[in-house]
Amino acid sequence: MSTRTDSVLAQLESIVDAGARITAPEKLSGYAIGGVSPAIALQPSSAQEIIEIVKFAAAENLAIVPCGARTKLEMGLPPRKYDIALDLTRMDRIVAYDPGDLTLSVEPGILLRNLHQELGKHSQALPIGAPFMTRATVGGTIASGVDNPMRQFYGTVRDFILGVEFVTGDGVLGKSGGCVVKNVTGYDLHKPMIGSLGTLGILTKINFRTFPAPQSIRGFTAFFSNAQEAAACRDAMASSPLRPLLFEIVSPGAAKLIESSTSATFPGAPNVPPGILSADSWTVLTCFTGGEPVLGRCEAELRRMAEDCGANAFARIGANGAVPELVQAGAIFWRLREFVPIALEASPACTITKISVPPEQIDHALAAVRHATEDHSLPWAAMARGVGVIYVALLPTARDEHAMKCVAEATNRIHADSERLGGHATIPWCPTEWKQSLNIWGPQHGDLALMKKLKSVFDPRGILAPGRFVAGI
Amino acid sequence: MDARLLAELQKIVGAGNVLHKAEDMLLYEYDGSVEIARPDCVVFPASTEQVVAVVAFAKREQIPLVGRGAGTGLSGGALARHGGILTVFSKMNRILKLDAENQQAVVQPGVVNADLSAAVAHLGLHFAPDPSSQKACTIGGNVSENSGGPHTLAYGVTTNHVLALQAVLPTGELVRIGSSAPDTTGYDLAGLFVGSEGTLALITEITVKLTRLPEETKTLLAIFDRVEDATEAVADMTARGVTPAACEMLDGWSLRAVEAYVHAGYPTDAAAVLLIDVDGLREAAAAQSEQVAEVCSAHHAREVRVAKDSKERDLLWKGRKNAFAAVGRISPSYYVQDGVIPRTKLPATLRRIEEIGNKYGVAIGNIFHAGDGNLHPIVPFDARDKEQFRRAVAASDEIIEFCVSVGGTITGEHGVGMEKDRLMPLMFSEAELDFMKRVREAYNPGGLLNPEKIFPVSKGCGEIHSRPGSRSEASLG
Repeated sequence: MSTRTDSVLAQLESIVDAGARITAPEKLSGYAIGGVSPAIALQPSSAQEIIEIVKFAAAENLAIVPCGARTKLEMGLPPRKYDIALDLTRMDRIVAYDPGDLTLSVEPGILLRNLHQELGKHSQALPIGAPFMTRATVGGTIASGVDNPMRQFYGTVRDFILGVEFVTGDGVLGKSGGCVVKNVTGYDLHKPMIGSLGTLGILTKINFRTFPAPQSIRGFTAFFSNAQEAAACRDAMASSPLRPLLFEIVSPGAAKLIESSTSATFPGAPNVPPGILSADSWTVLTCFTGGEPVLGRCEAELRRMAEDCGANAFARIGANGAVPELVQAGAIFWRLREFVPIALEASPACTITKISVPPEQIDHALAAVRHATEDHSLPWAAMARGVGVIYVALLPTARDEHAMKCVAEATNRIHADSERLGGHATIPWCPTEWKQSLNIWGPQHGDLALMKKLKSVFDPRGILAPGRFVAGI
Repeated sequence: MDARLLAELQKIVGAGNVLHKAEDMLLYEYDGSVEIARPDCVVFPASTEQVVAVVAFAKREQIPLVGRGAGTGLSGGALARHGGILTVFSKMNRILKLDAENQQAVVQPGVVNADLSAAVAHLGLHFAPDPSSQKACTIGGNVSENSGGPHTLAYGVTTNHVLALQAVLPTGELVRIGSSAPDTTGYDLAGLFVGSEGTLALITEITVKLTRLPEETKTLLAIFDRVEDATEAVADMTARGVTPAACEMLDGWSLRAVEAYVHAGYPTDAAAVLLIDVDGLREAAAAQSEQVAEVCSAHHAREVRVAKDSKERDLLWKGRKNAFAAVGRISPSYYVQDGVIPRTKLPATLRRIEEIGNKYGVAIGNIFHAGDGNLHPIVPFDARDKEQFRRAVAASDEIIEFCVSVGGTITGEHGVGMEKDRLMPLMFSEAELDFMKRVREAYNPGGLLNPEKIFPVSKGCGEIHSRPGSRSEASLG
């Protein structure tokens, strides 16, 4: 750290308490992105402190990267400049919760698990489970734009955030929406902030609509000999009156990964009981909620659909086991949500490609992945959500130049094929040193100029997470 | 507008597609609100290319430009407040692509909401947002206003059903934003543009999600002798996690107005009714219908009627959807608000509305989306009587202030437009409004597109216009 930076950062003393300023190198390394540590990490406890920090940083031309529990900081490109880590974990309060109105207002640093616990007391839920669930914060989950299997039924945070408060890159405290379930007052500024990786503003408050927790859940598993049959089962479900909470297609490779992940590697995760996944089949996992007549009907219809599509096995999860149904279903759905962290553990150079296609194209997208990887015999595993989002883990056995070239070729083909199928793909996770060689945000489109305009309004001096986003925004 | 400019516009859209005589433009001075504003001319483009040319022309000549669908809006969003060119999309009304497999459609902005649902009904699909004006209002208007409707309680509002847009920016650029696949890459600009009330771009193409029609719908009419019982039943349903597809309330005053006009079979001696839809799988609808009936009975419903067939169901809904037209028969003019409150505050808010009515000596009717706390208090007045009008506005403002004071908002689905801009400071600080204006300025420099909307302009509320009978044809909410 230069002396100039030192003396400049010393001025932060008047804004943030000593206990909330982290300067020890061994601690700062915990905030590193792509191996680069910030000069200081700050843990503000109010929006007012954030405003002062941002105004100071803007005046001194210091770059800020906001963060929560730092589980997803490696997503996106490494920042061009990284002086201050703005750690929001001290802002972890529930600001307001009106269970009777099913509305909630929280600060960004609240841990998802603490929030779920609080909602559980009122038999309510917020369907924002995310990878790295046990450590992740609400703010980070929104800023990183990650999803979870329950989007099949509930949609994504885009559909149930009611409003936010945020600080812009020039220290303005902004607001969007409100805390009621219906509202068209002013611009929906929070929508572009979802998944923006902290490049537009720093969330200081987030309002949600909550949901009644499903009272009874029943899961089902079906095995298919190929991806086409599994995808056909999805298509049949989509044109039926059934509305599952989730619908996931698990590739044989993904089944192997999941089965080998144990509670030893993932503390707190229940082990997956046998018979739910098949390492030599394509598995369809789904679950429903409702009373007994609804669940009975769903089971009968789903079984018929699966069999019509060629399933060679169909089972109610836990039907014959000693473990109660919900615990077994819980174990497997825990793994579905944590597919990314499980895959990242499985290869030294695991690269995650997220493909989005119109849902009827799922089998074509999976075929494209197969073609893209077969030339290099690149191992892969895929998890396809019924809505048309596919997470593909490319699993090279080494982290070297050759592996990088194979992955680059494969992902370039995946990008092109996804676009051809009416969708798009990105690479949310890959080894840091590959980021400049892989096209992690995918091909650019005509709306880039519009995005840059938005960035210049939210962050006129370009100090918020500069360079992490699409096209280096 | 001078002849040279008119000639140029006629060259772009064709001579028959430009209106400029005062008598021809009369209709376009109005929308569903109480506001009036006269454009300098009205154009009817037939293609995206023509829209691009009209925008380029307006930009070059620095003439204000306002987009408009069917003009059913309730906040003056589609009125040319500052004069200029009113661009009406009624000729761009084709469904361009129907993708049943992926449950999507690409439509032009002038497609009428109900026409889209009708066109895909044979596939077992519909477009879920269902404003009460759905037989007239357009998808483009729905997108601009982020419209709601009774069934948005379960299905979400327009923004939850829009995947992608093609739009012409005021700078003349034609852009595509969003994606027909989930989770567009980059900033969610479609999310920002939907509901921007025509102040960021003119929308020329919309990719919408289509929703599977439920296997079964049950319609219940719960009849109450006390308004409090009805509102408490709604709050209790929400708290118990009973989630109907729609939950509408009509108070006694509204019931009598509607019944006299529609003959829907509403009880005219009741204090309030709840009109409730539950839907989904047969088994789920049956279970929900029982739960709803149970909650209503627990709150002293005198009777819970279940529509026995689709004919009775349609009739009950016809009453609701034509409620505002029915009010128009009783009172030549009326003022409707669109506040939203937390549902736990419903009983207290209805009591407060009654007190406010007494305070100003006005009768206030309530026909609204109870399930999501979206109120539509109706204050009738005689437009010839300035004092009456003043009291109607004062009572409405006080209701809105109360909504905001209990944590609510000034508009749930009608938009801010030119009607509620003066109320925006109740919701947002000056800095917050200035920031939103910066966003507008980035895409709409100088505010040439739909000027003086959403954000307060300096003027008193005395300038709100009224006109006799203005609401009688509208079917609002």
